[in-house]
Amino acid sequence: MSWVFLRDLLSGVNKYSTGIGRIWVAVVFMFRLLVYVAAAENIWKREHDEFECNIKQPGCENVCFDHFFPVSHIRLWALQLIMVSTPSLLVVFHVAYRENREKHHNQKLYKNPGKIDGGLLRTYLISLILKTGLEIVFLVLFYKLYNGFKIPRLVKCDIKPCPNTVDCYISKPTEKMIFLYFLVATSCLCILLNLSELSYLIFKYSIKCYLKRHVKKQQ
Amino acid sequence: MDWGALHTILGGVNKHSTSIGKIWLTVLFIFRIMILVVAAEKVWGDEQQDFVCNTLQPGCRNVCYDHFFPISHIRLWALQLIFVSTPALLVAMHVAYRRHEKKRQFRKGDQKCEFKDIEEIRKQRFRIEGSLWWTYTSSIFFRLIFEAVFMYAFYFMYDGFRMPRLMKCNAWPCPNTVDCFVSRPTEKTVFTIFMIAVSSICILLNVAELCYLLTKFFLRRSKKAGNSKQQPNHENKEETKQNEMNELISDSCQNTVIGFSS
Repeated sequence: MSWVFLRDLLSGVNKYSTGIGRIWVAVVFMFRLLVYVAAAENIWKREHDEFECNIKQPGCENVCFDHFFPVSHIRLWALQLIMVSTPSLLVVFHVAYRENREKHHNQKLYKNPGKIDGGLLRTYLISLILKTGLEIVFLVLFYKLYNGFKIPRLVKCDIKPCPNTVDCYISKPTEKMIFLYFLVATSCLCILLNLSELSYLIFKYSIKCYLKRHVKKQQ
Repeated sequence: MDWGALHTILGGVNKHSTSIGKIWLTVLFIFRIMILVVAAEKVWGDEQQDFVCNTLQPGCRNVCYDHFFPISHIRLWALQLIFVSTPALLVAMHVAYRRHEKKRQFRKGDQKCEFKDIEEIRKQRFRIEGSLWWTYTSSIFFRLIFEAVFMYAFYFMYDGFRMPRLMKCNAWPCPNTVDCFVSRPTEKTVFTIFMIAVSSICILLNVAELCYLLTKFFLRRSKKAGNSKQQPNHENKEETKQNEMNELISDSCQNTVIGFSS
């Protein structure tokens, strides 16, 4: 069980997406998943070992690390990737449900089970709203947990058993900050893509509805 | 989950590339990605653990390491490879869009569609002309820009391509100027120079491909202009069909020679 599962999920979702949806899948895959696995994971690999405090008191380093990093950046990043990709499963399930129904009734109920219309459109829009919401939630979480997106070189810690205020040094703060900004930038890009896809779909189907009604009135 | 997934995606683009594009892809996978994964990552694996400073002051090593290596070589290379591979996705998307259109035509039962079944459409190799030419050329252009930007960033950040053995650091909390020693400097210098050399080869290949595409474009235009002045249309169609067949034959010969399959 690894990221391969997420990659397969994204490829499956790609089939039932609009053009903008496919760009979203490409961005998530190339700029988020691949960067995470190929680069970011290794930066945070030894963060606890390399976190150094100017004290010999046993336990002080552990306690200070735990205080400043309740949930590590890299874990939050991984959770964000998983949560943001999951709403697309709703669309896949809905299409599978449609195909099952057709099989069950042994007749063609839908012109094309994968086409985004009717109930599937509603599911697709819900998945887009969920994706955007989760992205925003995680960005806010990052911001609140770490007081902005900066990673300081030095943090001062005075929790027991540290005897006094102690200087603690974070490893690779600049590199971590660069990748954090990269994460924020790609999240914002994904939010923009989701919002534009949402507006595109709503616009397209309102025009369709309006035209249908107009034709009906004329008849 | 690793670079293998990237290989699957780019392998699909390979079918629709020119011969120089196929060589570029081979160089990218064998001399850059494979070297990065198999060798370079191990050389840089212990970089902070073995970065040693001549002081017992806690925190001094962390701060000095961060000062001299704002972003590690290995991460810069990984980012460079990801960014340089991304423009090929534009071509993949364009091809997928064209295939989708052809499938739609086929389903509607369009007379113009010359394919007998959907499998043929899936296997069809598109020629680089028309809008696909523009997409392909802009993808090469973006590749060139990304390569150049990353090489410059490398040079700028590390003051050249050499890894020094010793760095002098006096950032707080180091008490005075402190000697810090980088682990495996010669090995790192060798790999850095290797990666820079292969990047330069890739830049040259991209420039050559760009020139080739531009030459082909202008030749085709002048041929069309020449043909439309001289001969009537039905003879023109015969000639262009023969030209297309010749090109397909020569391209398929090149395919077997290079033998890079998706």
